[in-house]
Amino acid sequence: MQIPEIFDRMEYGTAPETAADALAWLVDQGDRFGHFINGAFTEPGAVFDSVSPATGETLACITQATSAEVDAAVRAARRAQAGWARLGGAGRSRHLYAIARLMQKHARLLAVLETLDNGKPIREARDVDIPLAQRHFYFHAGMAQIMDTEMPDRVAIGVCGQIVPWNFPLLMLAWKIAPALAAGNTVVLKPAEYTSLTALCFADICRQAGLPKGVVNIVTGDGAVGEMITAHDGVDKIAFTGSTEVGRAIRATTAGRGKALTLELGGKSPYIVFDDADIDSAVEGLVDAIWFNQGQVCCAGSRLLLHAPIAERFEDKLRRRMAKLRVGDPLDKSIDVGAVVHPVQKARIAELVATALPETVYQPCEMPQSGCFYPPTYISGLSPSDPLMQEEIFGPVLVSTTFRTPSEAVELANNTRYGLAATVWSENINLALDIAPKLACGVVWINGTNMFDAAAGFGGVKESGFGREGGWEGMAAYTRAKTKTTKIKPVQAITSGTGTTINEGIDRTAKLYIGGKQARPDGGYSQPVFGKGGKLIAHVPIAGRKDVRNAVEAARGAKAWSASTAHLRAQILYYIGENLEARAGEFANRINQMTGRRDGAREVSQSVDALFRFAAWADKFDGQTRAVPMRGVALAMREPVGVIGALCCDARPLLGLVTVMASALAMGNRVVLAASAPYPLSATDFYQVLDTSDVPAGVVNILTGPHADLAEPMASHADLDAMWCFSSTDLSGEIERLSAGNLKRTWVNNGQDTDYGATSVRRFLDAATEIKTVWVPYGV
Amino acid sequence: MTGFLAKWQTACDALDQPWQPQLSMTHTHEKTAQLPQVTEPRNPGTALDLDWVLSARANRSAIERRAASLPARRSVKKAHQAAWLCRAVSCIDLTTLSGDDTEDRVRRLCAKAAHPIRRDIAAAIGMEALTVGAVCVYHDMVPAAVAALAQTGIPVAAVSTGFPAGLSPFHLRVAEIGESVKAGASEIDIVISRRHVLTGNWQALYDEMRAFRAACGEAHVKAILATGELGTLENVARASLVCMMAGADFIKTSTGKESVNATLPVSLVMMRAIRDYHDQTGFRIGYKPAGGISKAKDAISYLAMIKEELGDRWLRPDLFRFGASSLLGDIERQLEHHVTGAYSASWRHAMG
Repeated sequence: MQIPEIFDRMEYGTAPETAADALAWLVDQGDRFGHFINGAFTEPGAVFDSVSPATGETLACITQATSAEVDAAVRAARRAQAGWARLGGAGRSRHLYAIARLMQKHARLLAVLETLDNGKPIREARDVDIPLAQRHFYFHAGMAQIMDTEMPDRVAIGVCGQIVPWNFPLLMLAWKIAPALAAGNTVVLKPAEYTSLTALCFADICRQAGLPKGVVNIVTGDGAVGEMITAHDGVDKIAFTGSTEVGRAIRATTAGRGKALTLELGGKSPYIVFDDADIDSAVEGLVDAIWFNQGQVCCAGSRLLLHAPIAERFEDKLRRRMAKLRVGDPLDKSIDVGAVVHPVQKARIAELVATALPETVYQPCEMPQSGCFYPPTYISGLSPSDPLMQEEIFGPVLVSTTFRTPSEAVELANNTRYGLAATVWSENINLALDIAPKLACGVVWINGTNMFDAAAGFGGVKESGFGREGGWEGMAAYTRAKTKTTKIKPVQAITSGTGTTINEGIDRTAKLYIGGKQARPDGGYSQPVFGKGGKLIAHVPIAGRKDVRNAVEAARGAKAWSASTAHLRAQILYYIGENLEARAGEFANRINQMTGRRDGAREVSQSVDALFRFAAWADKFDGQTRAVPMRGVALAMREPVGVIGALCCDARPLLGLVTVMASALAMGNRVVLAASAPYPLSATDFYQVLDTSDVPAGVVNILTGPHADLAEPMASHADLDAMWCFSSTDLSGEIERLSAGNLKRTWVNNGQDTDYGATSVRRFLDAATEIKTVWVPYGV
Repeated sequence: MTGFLAKWQTACDALDQPWQPQLSMTHTHEKTAQLPQVTEPRNPGTALDLDWVLSARANRSAIERRAASLPARRSVKKAHQAAWLCRAVSCIDLTTLSGDDTEDRVRRLCAKAAHPIRRDIAAAIGMEALTVGAVCVYHDMVPAAVAALAQTGIPVAAVSTGFPAGLSPFHLRVAEIGESVKAGASEIDIVISRRHVLTGNWQALYDEMRAFRAACGEAHVKAILATGELGTLENVARASLVCMMAGADFIKTSTGKESVNATLPVSLVMMRAIRDYHDQTGFRIGYKPAGGISKAKDAISYLAMIKEELGDRWLRPDLFRFGASSLLGDIERQLEHHVTGAYSASWRHAMG
């Protein structure tokens, strides 16, 4: 086209980034890749093609790992781990810094490789993926530097198996590897089979950086390789980012094996626009929310919730904005939407969209003739019950509905199994900051979307998984406490001896405590409790499934507790302590009576201490603001996990129960507690203390009965947010396995004893809270 | 409704004379293709709609993000880049607004305006007829500019109304417009009273703009908001709307004399206001960023923003101008580079 003609038409033309250097790099590597194990590339084995989705061209051949190769990688990581940890924070920091520097030096190569392999626009790879990946290494170089002094009671977990998805191949690798290495772990990482190239290029960078052999190992292949890693006995922690379905399977596979686990899974994140928002900016935000990376983003703002007064105007502006999106060659610098990663994904998106009424589907963009592209799509006027409003589409497809009031917006936003991120647009600070804590998710963006930084935690709640990446909480997920644990001994109740009762006065009936009321067990059965010498002390109810159901329902209903002030929660915990202290003798006697020991008084005193300690922390274990590169604040808010179920300590019937309860309540949780199975009477006596201490009904619920019977209905209950197990019955595996259902947070003892003393406070408080990052950019 | 809003509502209702769009597809003027009246029905203005004005929102962080990412999203290369730079040239209001301006200096500038690109370069790219959009001067320089441009079809714009501060007596500001029109200026760049915006006196701003527009007669009026002195982007959005309601043909960022002049974020706010005004009334208002745009690359970013936010129709000198003095020099060097493949030097291009 001649210049005068272009002058007249004012089209953009093309602005292709050259792929020559990246293709040359592939040729230099022989176009065939083995794995990166113990500091060197292995010979390629059985290979599969890595294909560029935009063109269908084969870029390179990638090796499908065998189990022997996975073994070799895990062995190499194991051999390297102690030395890597011993290197110290400052030593590790220098290596991470070198990696960050090298990633900068090879920034364009990495960006072009990523675009070729994944299909994402070069602008995004260049301006988002690669800079954020570098930033992660810089940030964690700093974390390594200060770990020794700032996390003195933490050590590396060991060998980490890491499985990353295809949507942000290098960035997710950075999110996984940087904190792991900073903390002194070594890793075996598997990139997604569609997108292995930047991980292999990263391996080359590790070599150039002089990273000790075996610290980073990369094995390639499909899900079968992922399964080998998750099932491997030599792996101490699994970190997975990917689909909820696979995450659930990993939870089940790793159950009971003592592996640490973090899962960053799917989402259907709401994008809420109120009528006082800057509408044009909110429309533009959607481009970053759902048309960023072809919508293949776990936290994509895919569910548009529009305030009714502005819905029509907003949709009109949105449609016009969509028509301006440019879809095409991802290497063109002026392209907004590139290729979908693989024809399988494209087919899946198309299949889901095909379920919509054709007249509700809006697809205005001109599309390329060939290649794996899917058009930006807007489906309007859906209701929450429509599967398209519930299912994660993982493509450039936006769905919408309207709401009438802020509380309805919250209800709609939370009406999902997922809970990863949410976006709120409003110019009203009262509204925005009121909504943010009410959204059940791990990240909230106010007047912006898809903002990420290494200093801010990222991760979900509900079926979006657990664990955080980024920030201090992300670092914590790659460490464990230094303390040594001892194996827990099964605690046996005293069994029947003479069979005579020692109850001399009026008969006292121990009951369950549900919703602030004493309740008989639904099944109508009780079991005897014997004391020293085998004398019958009392009967306690045997709680069953329906009692669990009732208790969880009561706890769910007591939501006002979670919204109460920390001061109030502290006051009530102090009051419980005061009232327990007043009956210290009675509680001590009871413990001695049940256990046949003489340390009851000490346990009561420790329990009162625990109540005071957690009361003290209630208004001090608070959030932070994070230094993210933005004019604004990123709040790391500590939020209660929700409703926590726990199988309490058997050996210390009062201290175990009180510690769990106090830590959970201090942070605003409600609890369903299964009392010590052999010594249940401390718990049933304790509800009388609760009754006199202004604890609102439903906040604490107490069940009695065999832990083995209670574990199943509790761990499989979809409305319990977390399940803790301190039982001396071996139930850790079952609880982790059953928790996969709703991906509840678990804290299990794995047959080890638990420390209830002052040094374990943070462990309890951490487990009782979840960090929500709220991004609040500001400026006028 | 708060007392404040209620008061404004009353004021608004009192003014509620339904405005009549006067679709005077006015006189054609074969020489001045850049002038809005050739191709667009002229904006007659509307009643002051305070509900609309006060509902305008501008979230600075989001606007800055969009402004920062847009240049990275739209890259224009090779022949397209050359053509876009020519388009930028065609939209320049080549400006001199200095205390030491003389007739000769203005004549020189006018000669440059008629032949902005070295002739061999213009020939090489087939753009021999390219001129700038207008020449912009102070009132006293208008006759010299009009004379110098007589055969070129390039209009003369005069800054007016006590430019740049706009704090001279109101009747003198209005009279100044009339003088400049009489002297042959076909475009008048007025400055608004920033205090009306800063005190929230939208009625006063509206009335002032109405009076300026009336004084312009057939000459086109560009309203300079002096955005660097309005404090917030929300004020920029509101002032933009009020000036358009009062009949501005163009809205313009700055005098070039404020400490902060044209920026992409401010431009985004003003362009979106123009878009909303067009949606509501059907009239297209022109946009002129002025001051601080000196690089060819920046010019492309502005054009891309216009294309994305307002559409291709606005990429013409009747709806878009750059207020710039040094931008042309950088574009000339880029165009020579396009033709020769070698980087250029400023002295290889004629000065204005």
